[in-house]
Amino acid sequence: MGMGLLNIWRRGLYTSSARLQMIQGAKPTKRICIVGAGPAGFYAAQLILKQLDDSVVDVLEKLPVPFGLVRFGVAPDHPEVKNVINTFTKTAEHPRLRYFGNLSLGSDVSLQELRDRYHAVLLTYGADQDRQLELENEQQGNVISARKFVAWYNGLPGAENLAPDLSGRDVTIVGQGNVAVDVARMLLSPLDALKTTDTTEYALEALSRSQVERVHLVGRRGPLQAAFTIKELREMLKLPNVDTRWRTDDFSGIDLQLDKLQRPRKRLTELMLKSLKEQGRSSGTKQFLPIFLRAPKAIGPGEMEFSVTELQQEAAVATSSTERLPSHLILRSIGYKSSCVDGAINFDTRRGRVHNIDGRVLKDDASGIVDPGLYVAGWLGTGPTGVIVTTMNGAFSVAKNICDDIAANVFDTSSAKPGYDADGKPVVTWDGWRRINDFEIEAGKAKGKPREKIVSINDMLRVAGV
Amino acid sequence: MFCLLLRRSAVRNTCKLISKQIAKPAFYTPSNALHTTIPRRHGEFEWQDPKSPEEIVNITYVDKDGKRTQVQGKVGDNVLYLAHRHGIEMEGACEASLACTTCHVYVQHDFLEKLKDAEEKEDDLLDMAPFLRENSRLGCQILLDKSMDGMELVLPKATRNFYVDGHKPKPH
Repeated sequence: MGMGLLNIWRRGLYTSSARLQMIQGAKPTKRICIVGAGPAGFYAAQLILKQLDDSVVDVLEKLPVPFGLVRFGVAPDHPEVKNVINTFTKTAEHPRLRYFGNLSLGSDVSLQELRDRYHAVLLTYGADQDRQLELENEQQGNVISARKFVAWYNGLPGAENLAPDLSGRDVTIVGQGNVAVDVARMLLSPLDALKTTDTTEYALEALSRSQVERVHLVGRRGPLQAAFTIKELREMLKLPNVDTRWRTDDFSGIDLQLDKLQRPRKRLTELMLKSLKEQGRSSGTKQFLPIFLRAPKAIGPGEMEFSVTELQQEAAVATSSTERLPSHLILRSIGYKSSCVDGAINFDTRRGRVHNIDGRVLKDDASGIVDPGLYVAGWLGTGPTGVIVTTMNGAFSVAKNICDDIAANVFDTSSAKPGYDADGKPVVTWDGWRRINDFEIEAGKAKGKPREKIVSINDMLRVAGV
Repeated sequence: MFCLLLRRSAVRNTCKLISKQIAKPAFYTPSNALHTTIPRRHGEFEWQDPKSPEEIVNITYVDKDGKRTQVQGKVGDNVLYLAHRHGIEMEGACEASLACTTCHVYVQHDFLEKLKDAEEKEDDLLDMAPFLRENSRLGCQILLDKSMDGMELVLPKATRNFYVDGHKPKPH
């Protein structure tokens, strides 16, 4: 009954906007193209559809399936974070939104073509590369990026053959952000806890044979600069059969600084100090070993060498001392960066993102003049930082700029634009995604999982009926 | 689908009963008791009007632009879903499962002490919220009771400006 009312109310809204469009008949529909169906794209679409009654939003996605890092980044044991998919689905099912999956900017369609076919184009294709350590031997098989490891257990097409070597006792993760902690948790969690998640079957199988017992989580700076957040740390401390061991030396003098800290940093530091104080009281067969003040120096067979660092104005400066850590597998987790998928994008190669001011893409990097009608949001524009609320606020703010620019006639919207012509192209529509979604949920049921993800693009297309 | 409807209405009836007896915070459905304090409803309850004047709790939302919206809620309403009913822009990405901070609000100080203390998980999340203040709470964790009549909830401003390239914005 409640839902029914809600639906009638919603339908009423759509009808009135449709009527409005008829009354305004003379003005053409504003066509906006969003490239990338992740959180930034969906949040921007949500705001544009709400603010512009006479708009149609087309969302293009390289993969057949939507949701970006919500599907391929969020840890499988954090299903509650994925509830946001419900909101994105409502947006996608809005009558003025069209979804085109399996359509890649740069190869299937060029930016120029999109700009000709739409009044405005918003790039939200995220960050699919990772920063390198820039060390010799980094291309060795036992050094892989945490991003790829995450993609592997989350079933990103193309990552299924990663075959991480989990046959050794020691894994070293370089970096201490929440991606690093997610990876540590996946490596140390009891398998039973993962079996009821949407972790891919091949990853569960590989993890079931894992010999990993110790995960080192290494950061260049000190405990007061730790990049992980308190929620993620608390989860690690609560993992059954896992003993967290801190190094007492890393914390010398830290307690004296507590009073100076802002609340989030203070609570995180207090939790680390509490855990340090209690360490050794419980014992597990596996160990989580956060290590501070060590900068990567060299990669050797079965080990990694680090420089001992000192903090100078919050920056880590290497000293002449070094330390070697046994490292059968090394996971690099020092940040993502975006790639430039089309030559016409004004891309900042050094920072790995698109040149922009408040989401308005710049014509060139020197002049500071914006390219009217071209926008960027999410990690592609801001760099790869922040949680869902950060991306949401950023996407809303860029979407609002698009609406304001249209109202202010910053670019021409008086002539009609055709939008993308998907006729005869192998695109996945939203109905196609729903078939994939139903198939995955059904496949998961037998195993007690929320879904069993399809990993091959060809299989996705077949199930979608393309 | 029919089962789902039945279950939903069962949950609602229980809610009704409970709100009549003045909401007890210790109300769980078994499936979400492990994760959250707040019963996981999807806002259907908040769409019901108060059955009697005794149930009414008036509160005011102040959005990021300072616009005030006074709404009539009722005992037991979750202020996140009440905001949705009245078109207030409070997002609620994780649907009250304590996994995000998109329903972050500032609670007028006089009323802060009337709220149940934040549990550890809520405090952990608030630590990640942009523009955290002493009176910050997550909207999805606030269930109205009579003592909150007249309460004001202020939404944080949306975002810091992000001039990625370090340029000053120019007028067009």
